[in-house]
Amino acid sequence: MTEHLAALQVVIPLICAPLCMLVRYRDWSWIVALFGSWSCLVISWLLLQQVMTGGIISYHMGDWAPPLGIEYRVDTVNAFVLLIVSAIGAVVTPYARESVRAEFGVNRVYLFYTSYMLCFCGLLGVTITGDAFNLFVFLEISSLSSYVLIAMGKDRRALTAAYQYLVLGTIGATFIVIGIGLLFAETGTLNMADLAERLADKPLSRTIGAAFGFLVVGISLKLALFPLHLWLPNAYTYAPSVVSAFLAATATKVAVYVLLRFLFTIFDVKLSFGVMPLDSILLVLAVIAMFAASAVAIFQPNLKRMLAYSSVAQIGYMILGISFANVNGVAAGILHLFNHALMKGGMFLALGCFFYRIASVNLDDMAGIGRRMPWTMAAFVVGGLGLIGVPLTVGFISKWYLVLGAFERGWWFAAALVLLCSLLAVVYIWRVVEVAYLKPAPENAPDIEDAPPSMLIPTWILIGASIYYGINTDLTVGAAKLAAQQLLGAG
Amino acid sequence: MIEFPPGLLLIIGAILVPLLPRVVRNAYMLALPVLGFWGLLVLPEGIHFAFDIFGYTLSPVRVDGLSLLFGYIFHIAAAISIIFAFHMKDPVQQMAGLIYPGAAIGGAFASDLITLFVYWEGTAIASVFLIWSSKTESAYKTGMRYLIIQIGSGVLLLAGAILQFKTAGSLEFAKMDLTGPGPVMIFLAFGIKAAFPLMHNWLQDSYPEATVTGTVFLSAFTTKLAIYALARGFPGTDILIWIGAAMAIFPIFYAIAENNLRRVLAYSLNSQLGFMVVGVGIGTELALNGTAAHAFSSVLYKGLLFMSMGAVLYRTGTINGSDLGGLYKSMPFTSAFCVIGAASISAFPLFIGFVSKSLIITAAADAEHWVVWLILLLASVGAMHHSGFKIPYVAFFKYDSGMKCEEAPVNMLIAMGLTAFLCIAISVYPTSLYAILPFQIDYVPYTATHVITQIQLILFAALAFIYLLKTGLYPSQLNSINLDFDWTYRRMLPGLIKKLGAVFVPADRLVRTAFLNRVEGFIAGVFRHHGPEGLLARTWPTGSTVLWVAVLLALYMVFYFI
Repeated sequence: MTEHLAALQVVIPLICAPLCMLVRYRDWSWIVALFGSWSCLVISWLLLQQVMTGGIISYHMGDWAPPLGIEYRVDTVNAFVLLIVSAIGAVVTPYARESVRAEFGVNRVYLFYTSYMLCFCGLLGVTITGDAFNLFVFLEISSLSSYVLIAMGKDRRALTAAYQYLVLGTIGATFIVIGIGLLFAETGTLNMADLAERLADKPLSRTIGAAFGFLVVGISLKLALFPLHLWLPNAYTYAPSVVSAFLAATATKVAVYVLLRFLFTIFDVKLSFGVMPLDSILLVLAVIAMFAASAVAIFQPNLKRMLAYSSVAQIGYMILGISFANVNGVAAGILHLFNHALMKGGMFLALGCFFYRIASVNLDDMAGIGRRMPWTMAAFVVGGLGLIGVPLTVGFISKWYLVLGAFERGWWFAAALVLLCSLLAVVYIWRVVEVAYLKPAPENAPDIEDAPPSMLIPTWILIGASIYYGINTDLTVGAAKLAAQQLLGAG
Repeated sequence: MIEFPPGLLLIIGAILVPLLPRVVRNAYMLALPVLGFWGLLVLPEGIHFAFDIFGYTLSPVRVDGLSLLFGYIFHIAAAISIIFAFHMKDPVQQMAGLIYPGAAIGGAFASDLITLFVYWEGTAIASVFLIWSSKTESAYKTGMRYLIIQIGSGVLLLAGAILQFKTAGSLEFAKMDLTGPGPVMIFLAFGIKAAFPLMHNWLQDSYPEATVTGTVFLSAFTTKLAIYALARGFPGTDILIWIGAAMAIFPIFYAIAENNLRRVLAYSLNSQLGFMVVGVGIGTELALNGTAAHAFSSVLYKGLLFMSMGAVLYRTGTINGSDLGGLYKSMPFTSAFCVIGAASISAFPLFIGFVSKSLIITAAADAEHWVVWLILLLASVGAMHHSGFKIPYVAFFKYDSGMKCEEAPVNMLIAMGLTAFLCIAISVYPTSLYAILPFQIDYVPYTATHVITQIQLILFAALAFIYLLKTGLYPSQLNSINLDFDWTYRRMLPGLIKKLGAVFVPADRLVRTAFLNRVEGFIAGVFRHHGPEGLLARTWPTGSTVLWVAVLLALYMVFYFI
């Protein structure tokens, strides 16, 4: 059993998806999804333990030996990302029950859970696979299902948002497949480990350079790196609450992982950062993303949109860490993957709770909400403190290592920019606090209770984790540092 | 009782406050600082409670002479301020009134820069609620400005701490040299909180806007914590002497012209901080003792003055000098306590200022900084003038404004009475204060020369005050500045200073408005680009992203081929 864990990680949600389709009675499909996501969490936890003690796991699909057969390869980097994705899935699924029922109507929920499980499967597949083309396939599975998920939003603009994401996502995917195709033409293999070996021996050719360009641009689009982030704000704003939370916490994170994998494992660090001036390009784009998107977030009246722009800024932090190309920097990037997933996931869930009660996430409708829904608002504020980077939250840990990485690289100004950008986060979070706590509720406001426990508890699990991992950093920092060393050790 | 990190008791204790019934709440709140004080007495010297967090060793508690002295006075100030606030029902202010002193106390014992940073931000965040609780529009805006500046100071401190860790390899909070970016950033962070000239505006901006009781809290902790931090981190840094001298002298001009009596006190507080900064800058044992002693005494007498003005505001609803007057009939006790506070800040013999201020002035003379010595002397006369005479006169003894009100509430009178008692008692037995100073000291304040010089200064200041008043030269509510108070003994200076003032004030205002306009322009610009309809926030057609894709791809290709 244990030797098949790597395959089960992907197979379970893949089987759960059609099962959800079949179980149409009321929202019983939710139980299937719950089973799928929780068992994935257990599997990814076991995988991480195995990897951290026993080293890299290589699983051969159908016993076909790589490089011909498809290999699933788990090292610390993707074991950690698997854990993030499945943990978010395991927390979001219980939350989804009430929220999805309210937003879809009980008879259509199976459609949601089917696409949700497919998306979950795709994201896990992208992360776990050791085969470049297989990665593209899973990327498409997750993308196609996320287009569907976004289009399910109640607002009619969700359709255009999903359509725009569809077009752009497809361009991104095409670029990635072109890149992979070029690499295949040059080396004759699709297995990542094999690719890395063969590329190391080859002299640099134009084909490799072009493959590099296509891949980096394609992945940048998927991870919404400024200025290729335009699909993200609309998609997150108009998608159903659960979908915003799930995608914000996982989809872009997986794309960042793919970037790490290509930059450090497949291409050499020497190519990525030596021949190509990727560090300066990424640095510039990351810094602009941090500031421009944070500044936009400050003025957004719709809170989901505000968080979406804030996500673009936070992705900037991760890319900034990667651009340092040293252990602390890359570790900070990976750490922020995890930390940001907790904070942003929790905050989007909190917004879902508001939407559940007042059917709006506009700032104007939230006057005095802090007294009417104290627990939900408190969760939002604690998450916001994390975004600011207040000590004892995970945000502080990320920024600390980011700053260390900047110093190690000798880029003092980057450290200063990171701290400056925190001030912008203060402003956009404070705006919400001000309206929610300091403004009185309107006279005619209906009496509302706080969100139901089945939604509040998952929200607080993520928010609570964002505090817990801000204090106890053994697991996260340990895994992130190990992962960064493995990535950089290759080059 | 088990040992407890100082300050944490107050912070954790604050959580219970809103849960307690009102009957026991006051007693409970008072019990916390009393218990905390007792905890200090039993805490042995040395470093305690060290622990490891993500690979760094933090040692949150260091007990030595300097930190103990500030620990004592912070506890005393907390207890007095809490008594002063007994009549209040607002749990937010009550919690802030515990967390804020708690954070200041914790900061005074912090032995590493990270702990210091945590408490540093703690004071900022807790204290801003004391300003917001006024619940006026201007208090809200002021509080926001205050918070941004204070958090900014914290961010600087953190950045400096990281740099310091990188270069020195240690997070220990000890004496630093002002070389390299790390110490400079830390120095600036301290400077902002200590209200160095040109970084001082938050102080005069925020203190008068806080609630009646809030100002009493504010006056005690933030700036004194900064003075402590300077004394710990940068003793003997020469530039501090001149910063301190400038700081001691310039607020005086504003204090005399100002009409809002709480703002007068805020300026005067700033000037008193200047004395302490000079003491840190000189850095001899005598000077550091002077700084510590003066911090101790100024918490008491400034607290007393702020409390008396708070009581006036509480009863009359105004604190503008032009509206007040003749209140000694209505509020006899409050006026008596105010006079004691005024006498203390004027360093009248037998009042606490007399035994502390002279330490710094003597240290300046011993180190042969004669210019600074002169400035400090001038600043003390200024202090006598604006706080010693102006405050009690304008509020209580000026011609009757016709205002009738009740005496201050009993709890306020008790708080003021206690402070007044300490002001006199410590001055009568100065050894009680000298015994807890960080260094050994054999200084006798009551010598014939000292007493006579001081009385002379006071008499001349009084003479000048009365003369100006009688001849109608005294600027009461005017915005211009009249500096003739010191003509009696410095015939040379008035003209010069008047000119300086005339140049300085408009120039200062010009710089500030220009700066504000810049900021507003900048925000408008940001809004143009980032606002909901701005360039960066619009939903662009899909094609534009495709264009960007093409641009980036081309960029990579170009970089590859060159």
